[in-house]
Amino acid sequence: MANRLTALWNWFDARMPSVAEEFRKHMTEYYAPKNFNFWYFFGALSILVLAIQIVSGIFLTMNYKPDANLAFGSVEYIMRDVPGGWLIRYIHSTGGSAFFIVVYLHMFRGMLYGSYKQPRELVWIFGVLLYLTLMAEAFMGYLLPWGQMSYWGAQVIVNLFASVPFIGPDLALWIRGDYVVGDATLNRFFALHVIAIPLVLLGLVAAHILALHDVGSNNPDGVEIKKKKGPDGHPLDGIPFHPYYTVKDIAGAVVFMMLFCVVMFFVPEMGGYFLEYNNFIPADPLKTPAHIAPVWYFTPYYSILRAVPPLFTSQFPGVLAMGIAVLILFFLPWLDRSPVKSIRYRGIFYKSALAIFVVTFLVLGYLGTEPITVWGQFGPWLGNADVATVAARIFTALYFAFFLLMPWYTAIDPCKPEPDRVTM
Amino acid sequence: MSEKKIDHTRRNLIVATTAVAGAAGAGAAIPFAWSWWPSERAKAAGAPVEADISGLAPGELQVVEWQGKPVWIMRRTKEMLEAVRKSDDKVTDPKSEVAVQPAYAKNENRSIKPEFLVLVGICSHLGCSPQSRTAEAKGEMGADWPGGFLCPCHGSKFDLAGRVYKGAPAPVNLEVPPHAYLSDTKLLIGEDKKGV
Ligand code: HEM
Repeated sequence: MANRLTALWNWFDARMPSVAEEFRKHMTEYYAPKNFNFWYFFGALSILVLAIQIVSGIFLTMNYKPDANLAFGSVEYIMRDVPGGWLIRYIHSTGGSAFFIVVYLHMFRGMLYGSYKQPRELVWIFGVLLYLTLMAEAFMGYLLPWGQMSYWGAQVIVNLFASVPFIGPDLALWIRGDYVVGDATLNRFFALHVIAIPLVLLGLVAAHILALHDVGSNNPDGVEIKKKKGPDGHPLDGIPFHPYYTVKDIAGAVVFMMLFCVVMFFVPEMGGYFLEYNNFIPADPLKTPAHIAPVWYFTPYYSILRAVPPLFTSQFPGVLAMGIAVLILFFLPWLDRSPVKSIRYRGIFYKSALAIFVVTFLVLGYLGTEPITVWGQFGPWLGNADVATVAARIFTALYFAFFLLMPWYTAIDPCKPEPDRVTM
Repeated sequence: MSEKKIDHTRRNLIVATTAVAGAAGAGAAIPFAWSWWPSERAKAAGAPVEADISGLAPGELQVVEWQGKPVWIMRRTKEMLEAVRKSDDKVTDPKSEVAVQPAYAKNENRSIKPEFLVLVGICSHLGCSPQSRTAEAKGEMGADWPGGFLCPCHGSKFDLAGRVYKGAPAPVNLEVPPHAYLSDTKLLIGEDKKGV
């Protein structure tokens, strides 16, 4: 048997040697730093969640109907009548939120260890593109169940485009394909969600990983392992990705899947954060629900949007601020002027700035899920302003300060010297 | 390879064919982008609609659907019209200079007949649909609330002529759609050529 298998493999290898070649290049002979820690699980986990979303999505498509009159009912049908349909839907909805949790932690790792810095700028840029594409994917997917939140969420987001000077209203009309979000919008979002954007995501993942493998992985110490090579030409601090890290990542995936199952089986709605309650009511174009908020992963940006006041009767400044808040990530490699990469050797300035940034992002995220009246009003001395609005403005300023002041505070940061070799 | 050995005519041919193929490729996107404009069916569904207002009691609000949007027809009482006068200094654009409305509704009550207010019930901020808050809603809206509309999404307030209150996130007044009276009890929404 073993001989037969070897013979079969040899037959295959003789005809298509590139399979083994690529496997060596990206797995058994890809030398990764030996000091990867917890934070290095999330890249592999992102790939896992992407796979889960694609498979569960394909099976949802088999019963879902992209039609404004049928969509809501078809989702109920999946939940109640299709054998195991509820499970497939919960896999997909839990996966959507899990994707963002994993990607946010993955991005945070990049900021902890300066992984975006030279020579990994392209890895980072493909990463930010992935993030943008993922947002588009999530936004369009959210319209499909055609509940009240789907409908009014899409209405608000598409209307953001309407605030672009001059071409805005036509642009929004073109995106919707109707005067309001309607059947045409649902159909095109369905096409984009199930095929166009997933294809882009897969292409970007390939580019992201190829770019990474060309320069090599960073690590928690932020030192370049390629600078110290052994007599065999391999980095002294590197170990082959396979089998060392495949085994580590599989262990991580098992723990992750356990957590995933806990959420999926016991709290799939996650208190209204993963699946919003208003979305269990069918879309009604004539009535906006009393409180609308995007799903949790968009709320930091939604807070920024709400925080910026209109200017000359135009909503555009808020929209612009929200757009810049995301796009500014592209420039991170050039805003950071620190001589060291890892947080371990950074000085007090970057450490404090990053800590403030994390708090800022979380507070903005929380505020975005709540109505602006959550924290009550100030007295007349501040014009009875909503406390939450004032807070959102302060945190919006802090969000941008983290990036815009970075060239300055990273340049004067009292850093510690980096070691020559990685530490464990 | 040295500069001399380059056959420039062949290279120019490659550059030219690539440029043409690239332009053609970009041009190929046009039909796809074109298909995103509203279809003829969507445009037909966006045609004007008729509303029967004979059953509308004073103070009542009727909602009809036009182009998929809620259109409000409100029959205002005398007190409600007086309330509109009183909010003149509380709204951003009392004369509706920047607001969207047909010329025949650019007046103090923003309507053809003072009584009947016709508005597109879509917030000028980000497209949510505001909700009616009558003068009885003082508990929620404040002691001096004379009645009007509140947007549930971002808290914009509008008076009984759809004019936006100062300090609201909505930039302009609610839109008055083109409309006309076909008779005393029949209103045409979405077109104003026929009738008055
Ligand atoms: C679908 C989404 C994504 C997938 C599947 C993905 C996948 C991966 C994988 C497998 C790795 C190598 C393993 C690791 O270092 O954890 C990696 C590395 C990296 N990714 Fe991503 N990624 C995604 C999104 C992002 C985003 C949104 C960013 C940043 C904006 C980003 C930035 C990086 C960086 C900087 C590295 C190199 C890290 C280092 O060497 O220290 N990625 N990614």
